[in-house]
Amino acid sequence: MTATSLETMRRIDAYPTHQVGGYGVRAGRPYPYGAWVVPGGVNFAVFSDEATSMTLVLFERGAAEPMAELEFPAAFRTGCVFAMTVFGLDHENIEYGYRADGPFNPVSGHRFDPRQILSDPYARLISGRDVWGTEPNWDDPYPYRSRVCLEDFDWSGDAPPGIPAEDLVIYETHVRGFTRHPSSGVTAPGTFAGLREKIPYLRDLGVNCIELLPIFEFDETDNPRTDPATGRRLHDYWGYNTVSFFAPKAGYAATGRYGMQGDEFRTLVKDLHAAGIEVILDVVFNHTAEGNEQGPTISFKGLGNSTYYMLTPEGYYFNFSGTGNTVNCNHPVVRQYVLDCLRHWVADYHVDGFRFDLAAILGRDLDGTPLPNPPLLELLAHDPVLRHTKLIAEAWDAAGLYEVGSFPAYGRWAEWNGKYRDTVRRFLKGDSGVVGELATRVAGSPDLYAGRGTTASINFLTAHDGFTLADMVSYNDKHNEANGENNNDGANDNNSWNHGAEGPTDDPEINALRMRQMKNAMAILLTSQGVPMILAGDEVGRTQQGNNNTYCQDNELSWMDWESVRTNAELLRFTRAMIAFRHAHPELRTTQHPTGMQVPTTGLPDISWHGERAWDADWSDESRLLAVMRSGTGDEDVVYVAMNAHWDAHDLQLPGLPGGRTWHLFADTGAAAPYDLHQPGAETPLENPGSYLIGPRSVVVLVGRESAPHEQGT
Amino acid sequence: MTLALSERRTKAATVVALTGEISSATSGELLERLMPLVRAGKTIKIDLSSVGYISSAGLRTLLVVYRESQHSGATVTLSGVGEELRFVMSVTGFMDFFETDEPARSEQRRRVAT
Repeated sequence: MTATSLETMRRIDAYPTHQVGGYGVRAGRPYPYGAWVVPGGVNFAVFSDEATSMTLVLFERGAAEPMAELEFPAAFRTGCVFAMTVFGLDHENIEYGYRADGPFNPVSGHRFDPRQILSDPYARLISGRDVWGTEPNWDDPYPYRSRVCLEDFDWSGDAPPGIPAEDLVIYETHVRGFTRHPSSGVTAPGTFAGLREKIPYLRDLGVNCIELLPIFEFDETDNPRTDPATGRRLHDYWGYNTVSFFAPKAGYAATGRYGMQGDEFRTLVKDLHAAGIEVILDVVFNHTAEGNEQGPTISFKGLGNSTYYMLTPEGYYFNFSGTGNTVNCNHPVVRQYVLDCLRHWVADYHVDGFRFDLAAILGRDLDGTPLPNPPLLELLAHDPVLRHTKLIAEAWDAAGLYEVGSFPAYGRWAEWNGKYRDTVRRFLKGDSGVVGELATRVAGSPDLYAGRGTTASINFLTAHDGFTLADMVSYNDKHNEANGENNNDGANDNNSWNHGAEGPTDDPEINALRMRQMKNAMAILLTSQGVPMILAGDEVGRTQQGNNNTYCQDNELSWMDWESVRTNAELLRFTRAMIAFRHAHPELRTTQHPTGMQVPTTGLPDISWHGERAWDADWSDESRLLAVMRSGTGDEDVVYVAMNAHWDAHDLQLPGLPGGRTWHLFADTGAAAPYDLHQPGAETPLENPGSYLIGPRSVVVLVGRESAPHEQGT
Repeated sequence: MTLALSERRTKAATVVALTGEISSATSGELLERLMPLVRAGKTIKIDLSSVGYISSAGLRTLLVVYRESQHSGATVTLSGVGEELRFVMSVTGFMDFFETDEPARSEQRRRVAT
């Protein structure tokens, strides 16, 4: 067999033209940025607007001192991009960084310091925190080291599942916390590989999308606090403190010590896709780990402080993120950086979407002013590579900009609907005056998302930030003492209720009521219009003992306890069935908001409201009961959900059904398990077809359908 | 870092026994030695029992050999895959492409401390 010309031909730029620092080099390609393996060598390209000179610093892997420093010859500079191809490198066995010289004048925004070795903002592999929690060498002058890697993973035909947004059931979890607990039973606890072993659990649960807390390289050891009670070191467990935006966190990979975190994460994504599960990454572009004036210099500060950060006229850091600095997202260069980064995760890691932490900051101008048409958000909405990804905004920031319902969407952006969470929580605990807003929320919040459709609303009751579901029904107040800040951290307005005792109790009545309330929450969440998001572990009543801000708790407080899959099988079974019910009923998942218009197949309105009397909801302040009936074109069935947050039972008159349909019971949280639910499609006909007694603080889900043949005549 | 190759023929296959480490430093040579066998459509068994370490670049090289063998009709199997290597290859997806001559063991072999 003869080789083709492409296999044998050599490029004429595969040869050095200069010698620098003992290495053969030549002028490199200024883009793509970063370090790329090219014929014969590695091409390094880095930009800095104000740098007067740039030096490539090379280390043998793990060595304390550099093995070579190569200053970029003046001729190797295109615009403000320094680019050089270096020949004869063992790409796998080196680490690299940069020294940038230039003005040091913080008032004018410049902080160049050639003594610092800077990490490449485009580094796709980072070493230095290879194994989670290992005590770092604090004296290392270059702790987060850029590495060269190949992106030639063999995907074997993997394609994004492309699940329509309206069909998603999102499951928010933490890579480490999901399997770190000794009870997880996986081979490599706390890693991408461990999560991969739990794919069957996710599939059985019925979720079709996992949203991962940050997986970009961060430093879990950058938290100086300790737990005052135990003296235990606290971590940055959540990781909302990015060190390197293109590199997957090594400490989340069982193979991080081999630098194979990229392949391990890709293998996870590939297998999740094969199981029909999408992957959304929680990304943090509002701030970085470099902090304010007191913070470390890692990368951006030394390469282009005034490019990457929003600075006050005096050269201080704006702090819209509440963490020290604010990324200058709408600077044209930073916009391109964010876009390059997201494209990388889509093209090279096949992720299906992103949730943007404190996304309101992404809409601020260079001086912090909220923009009416933020170019970054528009850019991401229209980018061809990102075109079919899910874009979800946490539509507020730490400086008071609250854009739930008004986030600039460009027909693409969805939002964490904080108002959904607050309204349903208040309803559940029995607040008065909530029924009207509850109706709006379960209908997909048309007040907030008119024109954008139901999928703009990510409905959730709990997330990593705040109480878990079990704690929401077990605590009136947060209990964050273990975080070492005198319980001053974390949100105070939790809309939670302990049902008569703060924390764990032996009182069987309280415990039964809490269980019911958790089922009520799942039933409402999973029958609401919009995209539901479940916090991992809520399906088995995971508790954080009242801590509503476990960002620093790398321990049993945060980890999923897999024993509870057995001990809390009742709630798990209920949640699974509710998810299956949602998947089975397209009328709960229409992209357009229901309007009350008549549906031809049933002659019923697509949505209607009911109370104790059919067609007559009680909207008064003291009402704590509301029923919604849904009828859609995609399904001949009719769904009726009655939500009773009142402490008394109520006799419900049920709406009449057309065309041979009768009411069947799917779920009644007021009934003891296993009578609390039936499997979707196997609902039982009501004994009394025209009415139903709903218990105190209960949710009832009925299906109006024709009886199956075996039910007829009974 | 070095890698030594020895080749012997059995009735069923050409066995290439490797000793040392497979990394970016040695994988070029490995590929040069294996490609003639692959292009000739041989049945090749790569014996890894004396290989202490295979890096990311080394695993990529083995995958290149596999992909080339698909074109030439060669058959490539691995033998002597130790526990740690088997684990690394499994969680990074490389094992999906290879036949090994040991009975497949469960991944539940031991816990890797993290």
